[in-house]
Amino acid sequence: MEAIAQLIAATDTGAADLKNANAAMSAGYAYGLAAIGPGIGIGYLVGKSVEAMARQPEAAGMVRTTMFLGIAFTEALALIGFVVFILLKFA
Amino acid sequence: MIALEFPEINSILRWKDIFPGFNKIALIAVLATLISTVIFLLAVRKDHSTAPKGVRNFAETIVEFIENGVVMQTMGKEGLAWTPFLLTMFLFIYLCNVPGIIPFFQMPATARMAVPMFLALMVWVIYNAVGIKHQGLGGYFKSTLFPPGVPKALYILVTPIEFISAIIVRPFSLAVRLFANMMAGHILLVTFALLSEALFQAKDKVLIPVGILPFFMLIFLTSFEVLVAFLQAYIFAMLTAVYIGGAAHPEH
Repeated sequence: MEAIAQLIAATDTGAADLKNANAAMSAGYAYGLAAIGPGIGIGYLVGKSVEAMARQPEAAGMVRTTMFLGIAFTEALALIGFVVFILLKFA
Repeated sequence: MIALEFPEINSILRWKDIFPGFNKIALIAVLATLISTVIFLLAVRKDHSTAPKGVRNFAETIVEFIENGVVMQTMGKEGLAWTPFLLTMFLFIYLCNVPGIIPFFQMPATARMAVPMFLALMVWVIYNAVGIKHQGLGGYFKSTLFPPGVPKALYILVTPIEFISAIIVRPFSLAVRLFANMMAGHILLVTFALLSEALFQAKDKVLIPVGILPFFMLIFLTSFEVLVAFLQAYIFAMLTAVYIGGAAHPEH
């Protein structure tokens, strides 16, 4: 980050350009980092649900409902990251 | 090599007024209300003695889906009185989501924060009111803020967390989940449509066949959006049911 900032400063660009570049970069980091946790979480969650459904097919309906609830809660974190991305990039 | 410029975010999300104070988002919301009302008005007029068919069959399928898939799974039998409310929520959100993939509309109404925010605020008011009605003001706040079965000393930690998660984060995450999902889908579709358009019109003739790749991705994402539109409406209705059920009957 420091090196890129210095490089941009050295190539004689305005402060607004520097700000835009930093905003674009941190927007990328924000969404990328926010996607890691929920990615692992949803993978684990769905994997366990499939395991449960395979073991007890008669409970599949209940497991599926709970799975969707869990996905909704986990996914919210990634989506907040996406909103932060939009705010940093465009606002 | 190719002239690809992503448009300003406002030009893909903000629409010109059709007449003052009424733009495409409002049009979609009004249409969603009208369509869902008309479906059930048509369904109710049919003769009750014969087996259901046509619109009535369709309406019954939706009602049954809400009853079995949402209410019975989360609130149980005593929650069946909430079916009309959840059905309205589900249909309205679904019909607001689906224009995102219908040609000439191509904008989910829920991709503007105002619509999901208002829906989430409505749910927030309702589940708090239900909690206060069923348990009394003191009882409701006691059961939400001081969950039973926690050591007394831990309440210093648990109570603020419960307050933030049950009173502040719930409506916020409910609104942001719907809004961000629909907006992400919309932006994805715009991105791939622009990319394939730019490749199909490229000056360099070699690039034109490459445009098929983003075009296939566009078709795939469109069909994925059909699923997302349904899933988000379902999840919104289900979380509403969970919140109302939790407020009416706290865990002991």
